[in-house]
Amino acid sequence: MLLAWRKLVNNVMLGLMGVCTFLTISTLFLILGYLLYYGGSSLDWNFFTKLPLPTGEVGGGMANAIVGSMQIIAVAALIGIPIGFLAGVYLSEFEDKGFAPLVRYTADLLNGVPSVIIGILAWTLVVVPTKHFSGFAGAIALSVMLIPIVTRQTEQFLREVPMSLREGALALGASKWKMIATVVVPAGSKGILTGMILGVARIAGEAAPLLFTALNNQFWGGSLNQPTATLPLMIYYRAISPYDDWHRQAWAAGLVLIALVLIANVSARLVLARGISVPRG
Amino acid sequence: MATAVLEARKPKISSQTGDTIARLVVLVFAATVLLISVLLVYELWIGSAPSRHSLGWSFLFSSMWNPVSEQFGALPFIYGTVITSFLALLISVPLGVGAAIFLSEMAPAGVSNGLTFLVELLAAIPSVIYGLLAIFTLVPLMRTYVEPFLKSTLGFLPFFQGPVIGRDFLTAGMILAVMTFPFIISVSRESLLAVPRDQREAALALGATKWETTWKVVVPYAKLGIIGSIFLGLARALGETMAVTMVIGNDPSIHASLLAPGYSIAAEIANDFTEATGSVFPSALVELGLVLFCLTIVINGLARLMIIATTRKGSKRP
Repeated sequence: MLLAWRKLVNNVMLGLMGVCTFLTISTLFLILGYLLYYGGSSLDWNFFTKLPLPTGEVGGGMANAIVGSMQIIAVAALIGIPIGFLAGVYLSEFEDKGFAPLVRYTADLLNGVPSVIIGILAWTLVVVPTKHFSGFAGAIALSVMLIPIVTRQTEQFLREVPMSLREGALALGASKWKMIATVVVPAGSKGILTGMILGVARIAGEAAPLLFTALNNQFWGGSLNQPTATLPLMIYYRAISPYDDWHRQAWAAGLVLIALVLIANVSARLVLARGISVPRG
Repeated sequence: MATAVLEARKPKISSQTGDTIARLVVLVFAATVLLISVLLVYELWIGSAPSRHSLGWSFLFSSMWNPVSEQFGALPFIYGTVITSFLALLISVPLGVGAAIFLSEMAPAGVSNGLTFLVELLAAIPSVIYGLLAIFTLVPLMRTYVEPFLKSTLGFLPFFQGPVIGRDFLTAGMILAVMTFPFIISVSRESLLAVPRDQREAALALGATKWETTWKVVVPYAKLGIIGSIFLGLARALGETMAVTMVIGNDPSIHASLLAPGYSIAAEIANDFTEATGSVFPSALVELGLVLFCLTIVINGLARLMIIATTRKGSKRP
């Protein structure tokens, strides 16, 4: 083959790779731009303080959905984080042949199960026995999604803790659990915390598992024992409605949700960028 | 002497019991992960029993979906799910792998890390936000510009016929493409970065151009990981719910034309689960869930195995 031809192919293809990168990454800015443009012009104080108005009336807000989302996410985190964290400690520190790889692989598969199917699980476990939709059922669904995320993140960051720290603790006479509790986990704590924030940010945006668990509510929920409005589902219901004013509210809610998710992501990753709290040995 | 030995042994015993307890505690929580997964399979199996018993295998092959007369055929939903995911991959694989090559082979480390950070942000955007944007920006764009153009130029093909609506297989495939390439980029990039440096140096030393080195040496070396990343993206596309529900048109019928409205498994579950009444309808929806679960678990399982095989550090989440 001619050298000139090969060089031409080289330049064209390398250029195309750059174009691919530009196209893919520019979608992020397109998305953020649209949300800022439409959401920013629709966002007002009522959005945060008022309840939704009946169908067709102009105005109102999503105060109940914001509170409902917070409640559900808090409960999901309270259930999912401890389970995921301890399972992650097991995977990193007590590696049994056979069982640990099985748990690890299962966690990865569970992480890949479509969220709408997790919704079915929570529906059969909570909605069917209690015979009504509830925010609690939604929290169960979200916690099931959170567990494998936290498990794998915890494991990953504990594994990054240098072996020499473990050996040092054991050599000083610490028992294994004391070594884990006082040396390994504190050393990996920054990474683990990051993983938890990322996991919570991920479930915070989930709408599909809440469709037939938390359902929706026009009013203040108060207790998680009844149907509860959430921000992601509000976006869905408002966006597919035929009313212009509701579309406006969907954009506003979208902007609020994306702001929360991105703030959590950026801050978590900035913490992570500083590395784990001990120098690598 | 004897007392000293006894005193030394005492804390040792208690620390051993401490270790045993700690081990048991974390083991129980690790087993919880397994338990949840088993429970998921069990509930899907039991929940779909009425539908499986009354419909049998015809559930998978019938295209008749009529809850009123209790006829349930999953074929239109399976078709819609597969066709939109396939369309998504058609767009996102070249773009995603291309971007991964740029990020691992061409961009300086700092730029690459910065851009990968942006890609990860893209992966963090909730599905319902993609749906919101798709409804108000992508659908009008497809309806007014892209689809009339496709129809006038490629209208002789069966894929681009029928009225232009904007909410159809093609639009759903487009939004799924945007949702899958972050996964393809970040996992492919990791596999490409795991290729040993001497592979590149050897090819360059033999006189290969940068592109030839990348395409004929580096990419084949990382092939398994790249395919794994594509499967991971595919599994995500198959199970994607909110965004697809919002733009696919929700029409349970099979059309060859990509400009026709369709339905997907996840969208049908999302739309009808709360309203399903009777004995068979809810269970038919659970069986749809079971079908989707099987599809994604097979694809995901293969993807994880391939990624484990290339990075050899244990499977990593994108």
